[in-house]
Amino acid sequence: MISEHLPVLQVVVPLIAAPICILLRRDDTAWGLATLATWISFIIAGSMFVEVQSAGALSYALGSWPAPWGIQYLVDPLNAFVLLVVSGVSAVVMLFARDSILDELGRERENLFYCAYLLVFAGLLGVTITHDAFNLFVFLEISSLATYVLIAAGRDRRALVASFQYLIIGTIGATFIVLGVGFLYAMTGTLNMADLADRVRAYDTNPAIIVAYAFLVIGATIKLALFPLHLWLPNAYTFAPSMVSAFLAATATKVGFYVLMRFVFTVFGPEFSFDTLSVGLPLAILAIVGIFATSIVAIFQNDVKRMLAYSSVAQIGYMVLGMSLATTTGVAAGLIHLFNHSLIKAALFCSVGCIVYRLGSSHINSFAGAGRRMPWTMAAFCAGGVSLIGLPMTAGFISKWYIILALLERGWWPIAVLLVVSSILAVIYIWRAVEPAYFREPPADAGPVSEAPLVLLTATWILVFANIWFGIETSLNVGGAFAAAESLLSGYAP
Amino acid sequence: MDFVDGFATHYNYWIVIILMMTGFYLVIARPNMVKQLVGLSLFQGSMFILYISFAYVTGGSAPIIVEGEQSYANPLPHVLILTAIVVGISTTAVGLALVVRIHQAFGTIEEDEIHDLTRED
Repeated sequence: MISEHLPVLQVVVPLIAAPICILLRRDDTAWGLATLATWISFIIAGSMFVEVQSAGALSYALGSWPAPWGIQYLVDPLNAFVLLVVSGVSAVVMLFARDSILDELGRERENLFYCAYLLVFAGLLGVTITHDAFNLFVFLEISSLATYVLIAAGRDRRALVASFQYLIIGTIGATFIVLGVGFLYAMTGTLNMADLADRVRAYDTNPAIIVAYAFLVIGATIKLALFPLHLWLPNAYTFAPSMVSAFLAATATKVGFYVLMRFVFTVFGPEFSFDTLSVGLPLAILAIVGIFATSIVAIFQNDVKRMLAYSSVAQIGYMVLGMSLATTTGVAAGLIHLFNHSLIKAALFCSVGCIVYRLGSSHINSFAGAGRRMPWTMAAFCAGGVSLIGLPMTAGFISKWYIILALLERGWWPIAVLLVVSSILAVIYIWRAVEPAYFREPPADAGPVSEAPLVLLTATWILVFANIWFGIETSLNVGGAFAAAESLLSGYAP
Repeated sequence: MDFVDGFATHYNYWIVIILMMTGFYLVIARPNMVKQLVGLSLFQGSMFILYISFAYVTGGSAPIIVEGEQSYANPLPHVLILTAIVVGISTTAVGLALVVRIHQAFGTIEEDEIHDLTRED
């Protein structure tokens, strides 16, 4: 039956579609194929998510080689949740892609672009689904190498430099991960994560295991852009094509966060991470400093895409802060924010993409008067902004609610107060883009500008409605996140 | 004496550390993008040597079953590194392609000069 092969099809469908895109004619067929592959992946991820919730983890032995020897794909509550987020947001962003990419790249490079996009997508899904530490590195590099291509496709020549800098930092991060895996393999002789988890316990605080831990955690924090290792991210998101910014902000850093959780909780175990090495405190400090430092930097940006990029680094801080508490509520809050922030940033970057489509720039000055000339686009931007700030009835509120709940549970109420203060910083930077749109006149020499095309608006508004929907009906995001957190922390109390 | 002994028996790891730090230094200290890629390749290359050298078993032969051989080197890390070499080559190729495009767009591949040029944009 095909249903038992779903875990491998999750990765294979986009991976096979990628080279076919190159062979296609230069019209919309490449986009059509990429969209089809993304939607099939979304349906697979959805059905696996449902199955994992009811029947428990799905295991798949690649090439029928049994687990500790062969590569195993394991879908448990954690990665079923992440797969759903990654494929779901990508599926909506692909609807946005056709017109936006055609406008920014032109026909002649379109099919190559979709090939690279599918490789990133397949790589991210592969990182998430695999249960083999080395296979994780290979998928990470597949997605990273293709990501550099996507970023370099931006119209501005600075996109090339941003891509090169990301290549350097990203490769160092990935090499750190292989080094960590190498030390683990040298000590334990296995690469399967469950097997590693069993054997690592026996070594206690052996220096080689601690070195492996340090390499893996730092490698993963480079990939997820935790402050102060975020320097590659702002330029990459600013100069990449609009659709790429939306796609990467919603998926790439989220998968990085998943990798960190997988190693910290599944491979090394919460006892080793939080009791023996006490990484909780340093991670929490970096998260809080990151939230404030990057939110304040975001306030001073004049390019809205760059502002949102800095805001992304701050939001990663919230996720890591939740995780660093090592309680069920805390880890679940981190995962809830992973889910909600994907929707928030995809909605915001898509609405900025609409502005770029009509006005050619994401500079704050080009927002002047956009509230009247592009009412639907700006309404979507405002709704996304409200969700980012975390007002009730939006997804952002649910995230902040659970993070604050988790902090109070641990008695860290001063930090909870700080989080509320940090939301005010978000009000300030979002307002900087909203204010010219509604209260300033468009420049006198500007030509007539109409509302963005219906396709772009539809994709943006689907994401906006998802923000409102998951702010009210929270059984999917909160339920899924708590199931994942419980599976990660089973039997552990801080 | 311990140090000298440690060096003599573990010289392979010292080579790894020296190569890795040389590569890392090139990446962070050189503004020239091609030199940065050279450093990045060294950095990755040192990781290959680490994997390959810890797979060696003292007194072991190549992992082919031969009569009279009792111990063999572990072949799995070698296979992993074949994959990692492919990844490394791809990274260098993408990096060099970007350097070519950067040279076309800016007329230079020195990071500090590009920094001055982009300030005007």
